[in-house]
Amino acid sequence: MLEIKNLKASIEDKEILHGLSLQVRPGEVHAIMGPNGSGKSTLARVLAGSDDYEVTGGEITLDGEDIIDLEPDERAQRGIFMAFQYPVEIPGVSNTYFLRTALNSVRKARGEEELSGGDFLKLAREKAKLVDLDPDLMKRSLNVGFSGGEKKRNEIFQMAVLDPRIAILDETDSGLDIDALRVVADGVNKLRNEDRMIIVVTHYQRLLNYIIPDHVHVLVGGQIAKSGDKSLAEELEATGYTELEREVRNAATANT
Amino acid sequence: MSPKTNTHHTLPEEMHMSTTAETIERLQKQQYKYGWVTDIEQDTLPPGLNEDVIRFISKKKNEPEWMLDWRLKAYRHWLTMKEPKWPKVHYPPIDYQAVSYYSSPKSDEDRPKSLDDIDPKIRETYEKLGIPLNEQLALAGVAVDAVFDSVSVGTTFKEKLSELGIIFCAISEAIQDHPELVKKYIGSVVPTTDNYFAALNSAVFSDGSFVYIPKGVRCPMELSTYFRINAMNTGQFERTLIVAEEGSQVSYLEGCTAPMRDENQLHAAVVELVALDNANIKYSTVQNWYPGDENGKGGIYNFVTKRGIAHTNSKISWTQVETGSAITWKYPSVILKGDNAIGEFYSVAVTNNYQQADTGTKMVHIGKNTRSNIVSKGISAGRSNNSYRGLVQMMKGAANGRNYTQCDSMLVGNECGAHTFPYIDVRNSTAQVEHEATTTKIGEDQIFYCQQRGISEEDAVSMIVNGFCKEVLAELPMEFAVEAQKLLAISLEGSVG
Repeated sequence: MLEIKNLKASIEDKEILHGLSLQVRPGEVHAIMGPNGSGKSTLARVLAGSDDYEVTGGEITLDGEDIIDLEPDERAQRGIFMAFQYPVEIPGVSNTYFLRTALNSVRKARGEEELSGGDFLKLAREKAKLVDLDPDLMKRSLNVGFSGGEKKRNEIFQMAVLDPRIAILDETDSGLDIDALRVVADGVNKLRNEDRMIIVVTHYQRLLNYIIPDHVHVLVGGQIAKSGDKSLAEELEATGYTELEREVRNAATANT
Repeated sequence: MSPKTNTHHTLPEEMHMSTTAETIERLQKQQYKYGWVTDIEQDTLPPGLNEDVIRFISKKKNEPEWMLDWRLKAYRHWLTMKEPKWPKVHYPPIDYQAVSYYSSPKSDEDRPKSLDDIDPKIRETYEKLGIPLNEQLALAGVAVDAVFDSVSVGTTFKEKLSELGIIFCAISEAIQDHPELVKKYIGSVVPTTDNYFAALNSAVFSDGSFVYIPKGVRCPMELSTYFRINAMNTGQFERTLIVAEEGSQVSYLEGCTAPMRDENQLHAAVVELVALDNANIKYSTVQNWYPGDENGKGGIYNFVTKRGIAHTNSKISWTQVETGSAITWKYPSVILKGDNAIGEFYSVAVTNNYQQADTGTKMVHIGKNTRSNIVSKGISAGRSNNSYRGLVQMMKGAANGRNYTQCDSMLVGNECGAHTFPYIDVRNSTAQVEHEATTTKIGEDQIFYCQQRGISEEDAVSMIVNGFCKEVLAELPMEFAVEAQKLLAISLEGSVG
């Protein structure tokens, strides 16, 4: 289980998350929605351990272990995976080589045997089918010259190979046309199981038509303003975030 | 490098450079002042350079008269020359009279007694490179009685090579045993008067390698792979000469990925390659000399002249991975003399901390349809400065000559510098010259991405850098390439984050 308690995080001394709490149980899919600048991506990156942010208060535990002081790679080795909004390019490093290095680093940290080149390729080919990834992309340099859709598919492909305990999808829908969105969502759905936790960070409800969440949370001003089931997402689609933002502002004014 | 480095032959840093005229005068006076007749039994010379020192070196090596004359001619010319000031490197003036130009191999008492006497950092590097214990001992200069496998292996290979008529020996040996070959080719590519450091080398060269591949013979092995240890103590003024006769082929490996223990701060080597018609020479270097400490103290000054002459239909290919030395001044070049000759230069130069590298190549196209290809990858980290300096010259006769240059720089951190100085000189309108240059910065976002996938920061940097250098590393012989990859990672340790 992932437990976030009263989490506060800042970037360059500016507090973005003001005491956020959230519980994700195995098998659950949580959607984090909210307007631009509400702290959605900050939450995703703080969970992944980006050192752009400083955690100034609260706790994050994964299956009871405090992970706040862990490096990003140590978190990944414990099964935290983030699909990036903007996947980076690494020229000269093939997709396959990169992913095999990643998988073997994770396996090594867990005391498992490293996969041979042959075994890895077998696994990779099988997982590539999940997101209909062009086999040519596996040989090419990581994300170099990939289209927006290919990059996002590649993220989900990596997720499939790394088989994480918890997957955080940071605006995976951004920049995707409807067909690509469907392929990516299908891939994620195939990776849902009773043990895996998934956090879907998105601005739009659109993606949630394909990845049906168990819980929806709306982030406003660095806090969860409202939680509910998937109907909350539909509601927001109709009303937009403005109404909710006003409520939060009014409540804040009333408190002072 | 052991912590004991720089105790013996350090160049005094506060010495001021006098004008050339004064220097010459001073040198001449010194000759008179000392005026001693060298005792041949003596093993080490006191610091200083004059004609007697050269006579001593030549005599010590039992050289014929012509060799001594050649050295003296070089020395006399050197006296009239000035140290080049155009490279983008800064160092205190070198006092050439403070350098000792001949020292016999270290006696066992001076050497470290065991690996425990060696800087733990160096031992760590040996471990990371996976160097066998025996070699570790030898590289660290530990006095050991055991005969190394490589020595006997070396002898076996030498026999095999000589069956094919291949000569591979120390240049001092070649001067004795094959004077006609040495006499014909030494200085034919890099004349004694070529430049300041080449002239100095010609005057005082200590030793080096000589390779001769007869007509039509393909050398069946990479030369020097098995001679890594033996080839080590060739001294600070190394001289290498490789001659590939018509239709022959050879691949030569120079250097070693392990950090080299060396107490001489000044190095000035010369390498000459002669590729006759239809011959093919591939020369690969990995240079990992002591770069100085994190504060820029100490480190080797490396001033190297490397040049090859490519005759009709021949090919010369230079591949270098430069990670060591405090100062690197080096431009492996090819003179494309014959029609259809090919010249290649693949380079990775890494600088970290306070290292300075000014390196590149010269491709001089003389013959018709000559082609050259330059791929240079410079990586700067810390407070280092890394410059690419290259000349592509298409002479009048170089009809349809072609050059392609790709020059990429990568910056690690905010305090380093990358510079590019490409010179292009085209005198034939049918020639084509292309130059592409890029500068990138190793991004924190790239490292975070790798880490998020479970890869440690150290491995991430290594992966990104190796990806950047891929085209060059691919040119190295397999075994060397694997070590070079590890070396790149080690050289950049601690430079990120």
